[in-house]
Amino acid sequence: MALTLRTFVSAVRSLSLQHRLHGRNVALVTSRGVHFSYVPDSPNPSDGATTRMNFFQSITSALDICLEKDSTAVIFGEDVAFGGVFRCTVGLRDKYGADRVFNSPLSEQGIVAFGIGMAVAGSTAIAEIQFADYIFPAFDQLRNEAAMFRYRTGNLFDCGSLTVRTPCMAVGHGALYHSQSVEAFFAHCPGLKVVIPRGPIQAKGLLLACMRDPNPCVFFEPKILYRAAIEDVPTGDYEIPLSKAEVMLEGTDVTLIGWGTQVHVLREVAEMAQDKFNISCELIDLRTILPWDKDTILNSAAKTGRVLISHEAPMTMGFAAEIATTIQSECFLNLEAPIERVCGYDTPFPHVFEPFYMPDKWQCMTAIKKLLNY
Amino acid sequence: MLNIVRRSASQGPRQWILGMLQGSNYATQEATFETQPFKLHKLDQGPATEQTVTRDQALSYYTTMQTIRRLETTAANLYKAKIIRGFCHLYSGQEAIAVGIEGALTKEDAIITAYRAHGWTYTRGVPVAGVLAELTGRKSGCSQGKGGSMHMYTRNFYGGNGIVGAQVPLGAGIAFAMKYQGKKNVCVALYGDGAANQGQIFEAYNMSKLWDIPVIFVCENNGYGMGTSVERASASTEYYTRGDYVPGIWVDSMDLISVRAAAEFAKQYAIKNGPILLECATYRYHGHSMSDPGTSYRSREEVQEVRQKRDPIILFKEKITGAGLVTDEELKKIDVAVRKEVEEAAEKAKTDPELPLEALYHDIYNQPPAGMRVRGCDPTIWADSK
Repeated sequence: MALTLRTFVSAVRSLSLQHRLHGRNVALVTSRGVHFSYVPDSPNPSDGATTRMNFFQSITSALDICLEKDSTAVIFGEDVAFGGVFRCTVGLRDKYGADRVFNSPLSEQGIVAFGIGMAVAGSTAIAEIQFADYIFPAFDQLRNEAAMFRYRTGNLFDCGSLTVRTPCMAVGHGALYHSQSVEAFFAHCPGLKVVIPRGPIQAKGLLLACMRDPNPCVFFEPKILYRAAIEDVPTGDYEIPLSKAEVMLEGTDVTLIGWGTQVHVLREVAEMAQDKFNISCELIDLRTILPWDKDTILNSAAKTGRVLISHEAPMTMGFAAEIATTIQSECFLNLEAPIERVCGYDTPFPHVFEPFYMPDKWQCMTAIKKLLNY
Repeated sequence: MLNIVRRSASQGPRQWILGMLQGSNYATQEATFETQPFKLHKLDQGPATEQTVTRDQALSYYTTMQTIRRLETTAANLYKAKIIRGFCHLYSGQEAIAVGIEGALTKEDAIITAYRAHGWTYTRGVPVAGVLAELTGRKSGCSQGKGGSMHMYTRNFYGGNGIVGAQVPLGAGIAFAMKYQGKKNVCVALYGDGAANQGQIFEAYNMSKLWDIPVIFVCENNGYGMGTSVERASASTEYYTRGDYVPGIWVDSMDLISVRAAAEFAKQYAIKNGPILLECATYRYHGHSMSDPGTSYRSREEVQEVRQKRDPIILFKEKITGAGLVTDEELKKIDVAVRKEVEEAAEKAKTDPELPLEALYHDIYNQPPAGMRVRGCDPTIWADSK
């Protein structure tokens, strides 16, 4: 093990250096390509026949099923009637009518509040906020109205049939207001469910679960995946349970935890660690941020004793902080090294500096080095 | 000609064009034009319908509008070539609003707008190269490349704001500060027909009327909030009346002279009485942003018809040549000079350096606490911030 580790450390150092050079000379000047490789998931055979779909088509498919089976379901938001800026609602107005799929004014607070009202009165309200960066005018409604409705009425009323969909995370050139990861703000709101899928199969199953869950859900869709992620998605109706993390790769040495786009960065990290250094990583997609699946995380942390958590949102008060604190509290004696976090910088999401801001595979590899070298 | 062009870099475009055409011996030094009809809300009297335009003004307005048009076409091309990243919202078709309103303001008046900001940035005094270099993320950009398309600023121009409608209450605050400081100036707070439905716009109307703030609310109604036409988004599309107790004027804003007349009236009114609302009826030629082709919710024919029949630059050109203020040849010379200026600026925007990486950590706090360092992607990366 010692020899392996030394080899590993020196190789990572050299990779890191390459990264810095690469970053300075290439990333800023010429190429700003996708920062991860997408590996498609395989469908669960028990979910039936599949069709090739990208991420936005799988969202459309979930919405289609919901509208078809639930006559109270309606979709509204900015530009959704003609398909939405990311094409997630294409064809739904024609199929279900303009009274069920309709455009709203540019009024985020109004959209969410309207949805809460519909949901309280018994409809399934599916609202779209065009970018997660724009959700903050509606933050008051989500935090003070949606999240607390059930609690403050002693369970007499609730808006559980509300789902708010919104695109999140970096897209490669989105700059300050089209790139943010805002899940941590909502993780502070007991009463909400916060969900982020990593690909088309997951997106469809999790969205169907959200729309049917008896609690208000905020469903974040990593926008870079809309076209980049393509899978054989079951065409029928299926759900993926909320508040259940998924162990995507089993391993013994290091636990890697992420969600959304970052899962794909971590998958590549796991492969690199295995191929080059014979380090076995266990990869976990948290999937639901709130309420989150502590058991899966803690079992893995207890097994490996080394944990890396990575997300695009800034590090300070990012959701990694909550996970790390829980792990150290529950698994303190199992830990072999302090928990590592690789996250976005504590700066606003930058314009020209995006390639540096991203918590990429090289930064994650360096963190693994530290975990093993402690 | 060459010497004149070289001199332009230090003099700014207006002086340059005027300089270029000096020596022309014109009998017609000014002309009077009739404005388009206005619609008034809670006003007994509207703007003056006869407007005098001097030859110098005509040349200046034409040059500025043409520069904005060329600037935006160049931005579109740079975006398609992936040299401009981020989001990019173009002003083409709406030029008469920026140039007409500026015609009624001084540089001591303030302006705040949303993300369709390139034209306003230019009229406020940032050179073409400063706008294009901001778009390409270069150090010589007006926000040092840290803002990009939606975030441009200069003196008395407060941007450049990314969130729909959020700039309007800010504009009321800016105007309040001006009044408080005893200045006889106004703040023009611009928003689109889409943003007109945001709740905070109405909060701003109320506060500004309550405290008689010298703010001019300007709704640039280009017919479409992103992909949704005004009729589908607004219960009342008479935006000039939607301030209720705030008086309003509807202006045909494809006509620069009408815009200037309305803005002159509004400025005097606002300083004396408090808020006023202009609805500037206009049209945008491009999509909402570069990622919107702009043809899925309106027909190509509709866009073509406006370009041919109601284009603000063509209309203005016809007026000033018809009145004998300028000749077609002079305007052609301006077109050539504008093209050259923008081409040179684009070249600069492509080749100027970017800020060094350290700048990633700067400008988060003003006077950060002593010893404060900003954390990078993992807890071992810390950088100085200033």
